[in-house]
This record gives sequence, C-alpha cells and structure tokens, in this order.
Amino acid sequence: MSLSRRNLLVSSTVAAAGLVLGFHIVPRTARAAPPPPAKKKAPPQPNAFLRIAPDETVTVLLAHSEMGQGIWTGLAMVIAEELGCSWSKIRSEHAAAAPTYAHPAFGMQMTGGSSTTWAEFDRYRTVGAMAREMLVRAAATKWNVAPATCKVSGGVVTNGKEKLTFGQLSVAAMALTPPASVKLKEPGEWSIIGKPMKRLDSPEKITGRALFGMDVQFAGLRTALIARPPAFGAKVVSFDGAAALKVAGVEKVVRTSNGVAVVGAHFWAAKLGRDALQVVWSAPPNGGVTSAKLAADFKAKARTKGTMAMEKGDVDGALGHAKTKVEYEYDVPYLAHAPMEPLNCTVKIDGDRCEIWTGTQMQTIDQGAAAKVLGIAPDKVTIHTTFLGGGFGRRANPASDFVVEAVEVAKAANVPVKVVWTREDDVRGGYYRPAFLHRIEVGVDDKGIPTAWKQTIVGQSILAGTPFAGMVKNGIDSASVEGVVDSPYLDAVAARQVTLHSPETPVTVLWWRSVGNTHTAFAMESAIDELAHAAKKDPLAYRLALLKEKRRHAAALSSAAEKAGWGKPLPAGHALGLAVHESFGSIVAEVAEVSIEKGRVRVHKVTCVVDCGQVVNPLGVEAQVQGSVAYGLSAALHGEITMTDGKVDQSNFHDYRVLRMNEMPRVDVHIQASKAKMGGIGEPATAPIAPAVANAIFAATGQRLRSLPFRPTTGSAS
Amino acid sequence: MKLEVNGTVREVDAPKDMPLLWVLRDLCGITGVKFGCGMAQCGACTVHLDGKPVRSCVLPVSAVGTRKVLTIEGLSPDGSHPVQRAWTEVDVVQCGYCQSGQILAAAALLERNADPTDGDIDAALSGNVCRCGTYPRIRQAVHAAALLKKGSR
Repeated sequence: MSLSRRNLLVSSTVAAAGLVLGFHIVPRTARAAPPPPAKKKAPPQPNAFLRIAPDETVTVLLAHSEMGQGIWTGLAMVIAEELGCSWSKIRSEHAAAAPTYAHPAFGMQMTGGSSTTWAEFDRYRTVGAMAREMLVRAAATKWNVAPATCKVSGGVVTNGKEKLTFGQLSVAAMALTPPASVKLKEPGEWSIIGKPMKRLDSPEKITGRALFGMDVQFAGLRTALIARPPAFGAKVVSFDGAAALKVAGVEKVVRTSNGVAVVGAHFWAAKLGRDALQVVWSAPPNGGVTSAKLAADFKAKARTKGTMAMEKGDVDGALGHAKTKVEYEYDVPYLAHAPMEPLNCTVKIDGDRCEIWTGTQMQTIDQGAAAKVLGIAPDKVTIHTTFLGGGFGRRANPASDFVVEAVEVAKAANVPVKVVWTREDDVRGGYYRPAFLHRIEVGVDDKGIPTAWKQTIVGQSILAGTPFAGMVKNGIDSASVEGVVDSPYLDAVAARQVTLHSPETPVTVLWWRSVGNTHTAFAMESAIDELAHAAKKDPLAYRLALLKEKRRHAAALSSAAEKAGWGKPLPAGHALGLAVHESFGSIVAEVAEVSIEKGRVRVHKVTCVVDCGQVVNPLGVEAQVQGSVAYGLSAALHGEITMTDGKVDQSNFHDYRVLRMNEMPRVDVHIQASKAKMGGIGEPATAPIAPAVANAIFAATGQRLRSLPFRPTTGSAS
Repeated sequence: MKLEVNGTVREVDAPKDMPLLWVLRDLCGITGVKFGCGMAQCGACTVHLDGKPVRSCVLPVSAVGTRKVLTIEGLSPDGSHPVQRAWTEVDVVQCGYCQSGQILAAAALLERNADPTDGDIDAALSGNVCRCGTYPRIRQAVHAAALLKKGSR
C-alpha cells in the first residue's frame, strides 16, 4: 500500500530529543462513524506519534486512552512492525489533547466504539514506515551509499560491516523531510502483527507505579468531594457549609452548577466535611422517576407503534395470515458502569491556562467543555491523560460531567483541586446504560420459520441532546436499534418492521460496553431460541437454517457449538445455551454451560469463537473476550439500578453487585482465521453472554427468563 | 503516631479515625494502594498487616499499632516477587487498578497455602473485584506463582 500526497498531510517537528514524526491521514472510509462534530481541518500544529531518542528508546504516542483494552501494547506493535526497532526499547505514552490526535474516523480525539486498532492500523504502520525510511536515509547519507543497500533490524541500520543504531541516527534523521509515500509490508512479511505479545504496561501495573487519575499528587493540590443531587432533576435550594468547615482539614465550601463542593487537605477531610454539609435540595420534577412506574409506562408504549426504524413488506397483514403467532417481551434495567477506579479529575488553573489530569475517553470534548467553563480557548487547556482504571463508556461522556464540575470547583475555590467520586457517588451518579423493553411479535409458518417479525423497542436515546445528536436520523438513535435492524436473522423474514419509542426521563444515560447490543442481542437471541424450541427444532440447527446466507455468523456459531460439545453428554443438571451476535464489525458466538443450584445460576464454561478480521495481538483478543464475558455476565447475573422517587436505590458493591472470582466461568477463546475487514474487540463479546446463559437456563430448567438480571425460581432438571 | 510501612518507620500526623488507606495515599504519598469502595467490598485497598491481607479503607490508622504495613511498593523492589513475575508471565493486567490488591491477596494466600486449588483461589480472592474480568488469568497466575515460589522451574 502506498499513500499519495493527496491523502497524506505530512508535517514533522524538529525536537532536540531526536526524531519526532507525525501526520494526519485523511480518512477514506469510516465505519458506522458519527459525523465529526469538530471542524473538518484543525489548524496545523506540531504533532507527533513517535519519538526516537539518542538513548535508543522508542516512544509511541497514543492518540487513544489505555483503559485496560491493551492498545498501549497493540499500537506499539503496529508501529514496531514497520519501524524495525528492538521491542525491548519500545514504550508507550498518552499523547496530549490536540487536534492532531483526532480519531481518523470519528474526527475528534476519543476512545470508544471498539475502534482504536482498526482506525489506527494504517496511520501507525505508516508512521513506523516513514521513520524507518528516514533513519535509513540518514545512515545512507553518512555512509555515502544507496539507501536500498541498507538493512534494518532490531533498532540498527546496517550496510555490510557498517552499522548505526536508531539512537545514533535519530538527530540526523529528524532533519530530513518525511517521505511523501511509503510502501507498507505485505501481511506475509509481518513478524509482530498477529503474534501474541505481552503487555507493555505490566511492569508499572504490577508494582503500583502506574499513574491513574486518582494518583495525581503535587504540592498545593487539594481534594474535593461534591454533594450532587440525591434525586434526578433535584437542584440546590440552599446550603450551609458551617458544620463542614468545622471539620479539621476542610478549607472551603463552594457551589458548582450541579451541587456543592467541600474542599479539603485530603480525601478524608473532604469526605467528613461533605458528611457534615447541609444542603436543601428541591423535590425532583413529577415526584421523580420510580422504576416500577417507568416499567409500566414502557410496557404500555411497547403496545403502540413507535418511530419507524426498519420496514419491509406488510407486517400486520403477514402476522394476520401466519399459521401461528407468538409474542415475547424482554426487558433490561439501568446499569452503572462501576469502573474499579471511581471517577476523578484534577484541575490546576493558572491565569488563562488550565491543566487537567484525568483518565478520559474523550479528550476533545472535555477540553472544549473545560475551556467553556473558564472562558478560554480550548488550546489553553492541557489534558494529561492518565491510565484509566476502567472506562466501559463511563469516561466518554459528551457532557464531560466529571471534568466540568472539577474545573468549576478549581475556579470557585481558586486552588488546584482533585475532585474524587466515592463509590456511592459513582453508583448513584447517573449516566447509566438505559433501561430497555423489546416487544416482539412473530408469525411463523408450519415449519416454525418466521414469516413476519414486528418489534417495538422502548428506551431512552443515548445520543439525543449530545454533540452526537447528528447520529439520530429521522428520530432513530442508532444506538437504540443496533443489533436489531441489522440482525442476520431478519434478512430472510419477508415482512418485518422495527419501531422505536425514545421516552425522555430525567435519568442521564450513556453508552455502556457494547452499547445497544447489550439489550438487542438479548432480545434477538432469546427470541430466536424461543422460536427454535416452539418449532421443536435443535436451537443450533434452527439458527443455521436461518443463517444460510450469513456465512461468517454460521461459521462462528457452528465452530463454537462444536468446541463446546454441543449435543454431547453433560454433567447432570448442566445445559448449553447458544448466541451469536455481530457488533463493532466483529462476530462473536458464545456457548454457555450452565446449571442452577439453589436458585443460583452457575456458569461453568463459556466457549467463544471470534471473527474480528485481522488480529494484531491474539493475547489481547483473548483478554478482551474473557473480560467482555465477565462484564456482560456481571450484568446478566446481578446488575440492576432501580429508582424510587428519583433516588437510586443502590449505592455500593454490596447492593450493586458485580461478578466475583468465584462466579467467573472458564472462558475458552478461539479466534477464527478471517480475511474480513478488521473489526473491534473491546466490546463485541459482551452482548452474546446474557442470551447464551438465558438459553442455557431454559435448556436446563424449562424456565424462560426474559428479564435481566436473571432471577430463576427453580433448579436444574437433573 | 508512628507507622511502619514497607520497612520504614514514619511519623504521621493523622486523625485517629482516618482510614489507613488515606493515610498511606494522601499523607505518605504511597499510591499503589487503591480506593475502590470505602466499605471493604472490593479489595482494591488490600495491604498486608504483619503478613495478613486487610482492607485498609475501613481500618482506622490508630488500630494499626506496631503491626507492619506492607503495600505493593514494598512487596519487592522491582516486581520480582514470584506473584508479580507470574502476573507478567501470564499477562494478567488490563486496566490495572485492582491489581495491587489482587497481587497482595494472592501473595498472602501463597504464604499460608503453597499449592492452592482453584477453589482455594476463589475463596481467597473473591473479595477482590476486577471489572475488566482478569479472573481467569489471575487463577492461572496464582498457580504459576505457586510453582515459581517452590522453585520447581
């Protein structure tokens, strides 16, 4: 592949430390990408993706945030493949927040949508290839030989007996004009991409040295906790900080746009101060949201036609003529992300400049939001991206909630401040995976094959009212219907209709690992399983019959079933359940082996087959699939946020339960060799686990559980 | 009051009820120990007290007394403890936030049980939450650490 001048804007920066190289590739294609809300072309400014120092270190600057998904290692692999450096000299670093680091497909600096690897694959390889060529040219000039006669290996350029290291060449290489185009290696020439590589961030993460936002400390930094509205829609009426200020170590009590902050010398002072703080809150509008009432509203809405999301044929006519008609309803609750590191943000304001340290997935939006609070230009806001102690979407908030409030506190208190959320703040602090209800009416023929499919989806829009609102087309938030309108099962159904209700509530919602697929996969794969059983067909055979035209889905599913021992004897009380789902450009089939013991669902083993196209790091893919299964299973078994009169009923890990070690199944991950376009891997394995387990529970007990989290009432049949 | 952390006795000026976690993090600048829940539900704040794993987020500093506090920073100077080596070998970490607590819980387990079964590991580590889902590799790494510790390879 060679890049022409037309799609490559090259700039290089001369830095005393060595070679610094960076550029933009104008994206040719974008996968299901939100249209960039930012301006098309940001003013050019020094940018860098790679730094080679005289001491031989090779530093990869990451345009994306490391939150556990492994890009710290993956993008370094991608660059190293073309560069030819020594792997032991490579390290990664988060880049600053700057237009240069805008996501090649999404137009702003952000990490999400399981997109980093596929979106950056060409850009980072090209950076590596350009740097290699510059190093070779520098060496060739020194030796007065043709560059083509030079070889590169392990961070050394050689020509016969002559040799120079990358470190020795870095200063001369930096003076060269970057090549206009480079030839990238053919896949057959790869020696790093596709090989299992261990994480580059292990050394700091196993020794406690890794810097998370929570760990930022410097002289003069204070800690603040914020009293936020106890109910959605409540506002501060008045407050009295006198008792808080009496707490030793508490220094200030200040208003923010959403609450009242207590600023102290350290966390404990601020915490005791906030406990002592008196705030009078307004009553939430309309008495506040109550989950049972909301569920009833959703149920009523699901019986009416919503906004059209997809339609083919005369669905009502076809339903009327169908031999048999069935109706199913599936519902899922609000979910908190509950990353292990509670949210936090450190802000230091200095005149017309502001420095922010935080683990964020959305630098560009946070930078703009902080600048707006301070009335300064975004480029006056420096964002230091720390490691993220989990993200799962919570740290990608278009409202920049945890950044804006911290800037407000630093501004009002006039001190550098780290705002820390407690776990209670996190669980009650909104921005949940929205609750959803799916009502599905299916007409089937005499063979049990669907001939009419009418689905009504009810749930809040994540995108409405955000900078991504442009993705809401004709009243349809794609994040509410993804996984249904593109379901591989519906293509063959002659008459089909999907409509959507997007009720507004005061509850703030956000993407949660795998977004809409978290509920659409549950609805679709449960319904298909129900139809298979109703038709008295083997659930695998039934699916494969429907997936005849969907070769990748069918292949993944067949392979997972075979590897899981589908149809073979199992221990007494155990049963298998299947699901296959495509999201973020990847297909994942999962088979769960489950039993029910004393009303408790036990998942013994999950067999996963993944088709995500070209794999960069198989070790990373396995970790992401295992992690996604854990995250999805956590929600399926335990996850539920409920509200009473606008207040969240849960508060911490004792009542917002998450998956623990003793509940973690064995997860076997098989990567399907695939020539398909590269897909994502951070999220796609999350969605199939809930339906796979639901389907296994049915197989084990005959109970069809249509609500998450699962609450089985009987044990396994043995 | 005096506090022995990672082999060094320090003088700390802290309110008696201040949890050890915050004394370590905010007064001593030892940040490898993490805040996750504040109510002994997640294990991110795990430290050793005379070799036993405790939840520092609910332990008032005044209750420590003369017992020796060990944080991840004190487990080894360079990540060479068998548990840490096993963690690297098995490639356990993802976001990494819970891992200090996981490693300290695992190290304490191996001190009292040189050859734990999966069931032993589940029992010892179920108090340590990982949202990234590193559990399968943690299990594998504890077994690997047990072997390393025994010097059998």
